[in-house]
Amino acid sequence: MSEITIDGKVCKARAGLTIAEVAKANGIYIPTLCNYRGLKPVGSCRVCTVRVGGRYMAACTQIAVEGMVVENTAPDLEDMRRSILEMLFVEGNHMCPTCEKSGNCELQALAYRYQIMAPRFPFQFPVRQVDASAPKIVLEHNRCIQCQRCVRSIQTEDGRRIFVPQNRSRRRKIGVDPRLVSELTDEMALKAMDVCPVGSILRKEVGFAVPIGQRKFDKKPIGTEIDEEITR
Amino acid sequence: MSKPVIATASLAGCFGCHMSILDIDERILKLIELVEFNKSPIDDIKTFTKPVDLGIIEGGCCNSENVEVLRSFRKNCRILVSLGECAIMGGLPAMRNGIPVKECLEEAYLNSLSVAPEDKIIPNDEELPIVLDKVYPCHEVVKVDYFLPGCPPSADIIWEALTAIVEGRPLNLTYDMIKFD
Repeated sequence: MSEITIDGKVCKARAGLTIAEVAKANGIYIPTLCNYRGLKPVGSCRVCTVRVGGRYMAACTQIAVEGMVVENTAPDLEDMRRSILEMLFVEGNHMCPTCEKSGNCELQALAYRYQIMAPRFPFQFPVRQVDASAPKIVLEHNRCIQCQRCVRSIQTEDGRRIFVPQNRSRRRKIGVDPRLVSELTDEMALKAMDVCPVGSILRKEVGFAVPIGQRKFDKKPIGTEIDEEITR
Repeated sequence: MSKPVIATASLAGCFGCHMSILDIDERILKLIELVEFNKSPIDDIKTFTKPVDLGIIEGGCCNSENVEVLRSFRKNCRILVSLGECAIMGGLPAMRNGIPVKECLEEAYLNSLSVAPEDKIIPNDEELPIVLDKVYPCHEVVKVDYFLPGCPPSADIIWEALTAIVEGRPLNLTYDMIKFD
């Protein structure tokens, strides 16, 4: 057991835990997006960026080490996170009013939490295709934020990946193994949709099942369950 | 002191945001006491007749007329507000942004069903506004001061923003007011 401070609060840290895990265990919310419980963190979105000794690092990948002094809610850090979210909004085609995931979307929920009324960057309106060729799921590339949660979590019983990153840089997209995806079970299709933070993986033939007002982030901001830890 | 003057316009939108303005219910009586409406579809005044304090824009810019109206709003209004997703990010009309304009027009006027199939043309009268290459958010055409998201924005966020701006106090937005759908 070691000790670190996050925004001045002393936090007990079990050996080997990341800063994000230590913060959560101590009732401090650090926003994450590409990180997902049970999956190996990759630090691809940088929304969880914190400052340790003047250096910026991803809280989801950085292991907490004895004596670390972590800044989490400094105004410039929060603004940097907000700008990352805004960049994610402008670089894809995020049409919330038409999206099946609206209200359950983590990107949208973070934008609500950070009160993003309009992004400061110009919209890119990239030309991306919708792939509905698989029997159980639709791949909506317009909404993909390259978090790779699906790549990391959805695998066949013998450990083969169904979702795979293709190409590099701006042309990068998440493709599927055509044969493996055609064998996807309902259960795995549901898991894939749930693991996707945005509306990029959708189950076919179902949608808009939960009415507005009862969806995950309709009433309470993302991270509320961790915030409430503090007051308890 | 004279009442603050408000103007509104619907550009490439569906008028849903204007419906949401009317959705403030009986508060509309108080609104009439608080402000005076100028150019707006609500009172059907077509041109600006005096300087306006607050301009409210619904919808993005999809043609030359939208751009002209938006620029006249910027010129005549002290404060300009983008109301709703279409004004802020193009919204549903912007779903055509990945498709060339030629293909859009052909799909709408040449390849679609028609009651006069032998007579299909793409409208091209000089009276008609020219369709832009894509749909633009308002703040990429002129400077916009405030943004109220939602599809449509709730009556409550509209009311809160209107009264805050008119009274010159900071906006007090609660979590359930900011929604993108």
